[in-house]
Amino acid sequence: MKAAVVQFPGSNCDRDSVRAFADVLGCPARLVWHKETSLGDAGLVVLPGGFSFGDYLRCGAIARFSPILRAVSDYVASGGVVLGICNGFQILCEAGLLPGALLRNECLEFRCGVVELRVEDAGPCFNRRNLGERLRLPVAHGEGNYVIDDADRAALRENGQILFRYASRGTTGNPDLENPNGSIDDIAAIRNREGNVFGMMPHPERAVEPFHPSLDGIAVFEAVLRAAKEAAGVRA
Amino acid sequence: MFFSRSVKVTVFVTPKKNVLDPQGAAVAHAMTSLGFENLKSARMGKVIELEIDGEPGEEFEASVDRICRDLLSNPVIEDYRWTLDEAGR
Repeated sequence: MKAAVVQFPGSNCDRDSVRAFADVLGCPARLVWHKETSLGDAGLVVLPGGFSFGDYLRCGAIARFSPILRAVSDYVASGGVVLGICNGFQILCEAGLLPGALLRNECLEFRCGVVELRVEDAGPCFNRRNLGERLRLPVAHGEGNYVIDDADRAALRENGQILFRYASRGTTGNPDLENPNGSIDDIAAIRNREGNVFGMMPHPERAVEPFHPSLDGIAVFEAVLRAAKEAAGVRA
Repeated sequence: MFFSRSVKVTVFVTPKKNVLDPQGAAVAHAMTSLGFENLKSARMGKVIELEIDGEPGEEFEASVDRICRDLLSNPVIEDYRWTLDEAGR
């Protein structure tokens, strides 16, 4: 199992993501420049956090037309697993590989800190049995306010596509741990209907080593790797 | 093909009516704080000015619509409209 971490001009969590996979989870990982047209033999693709193309026009709006996204799209269509983290999540929504969109944080501030997430039951890999009831992960974003129209929102709930929700405003006694951006239904992470594309605003790659605020990112990556291994088995 | 015509297109991209616009709300708040009376609301969008070689017509309009839908706006959260300002040479 090898991970490909796509690198756009302005990505800044690419090397952290490679380190998390290669050094902590023991999964070989390499960087793939956005102008490449092949993902090689990657069994998992990661679109990392950062500010691709300076967030110009809209976050992820320009990155979605990078040459590598053609290969990512084909890869998704063939059942391959993709994880979008923060800016990666924004790129996946702009590309239509995930539903909805990420707007400017309701508070208009860039929110940087650790938040508490409620784990939802979203299939065989992302569920409370594997990840526990709660996770603590860092967030760092100005445009994490997830929105979706009413019809698609109902579908997200019915199909179990919500992976994590922020602790709702006013529920933990510590506002810093709660929904930092005003997202609808406190949504922090989702998957597509088919279950091979995952998007999350929090940064699991910043919660995998002893000097990080928590180690909860490890279980998140293990869930993604499990999904990737199952997908690879099916596609082989 | 040599185009002797240069056409200016101004694209307006605005948040959809049902989308929360905290930037617009912040601007409105600042305006009323500065004593601007009777303001009911403000919404913020963006303007993109394009200069295009070509002849206005069906194909031209279709290509502008396409780029507005594909790149310049996100149809999930934004509306767009554009105006033509012919600047012949």
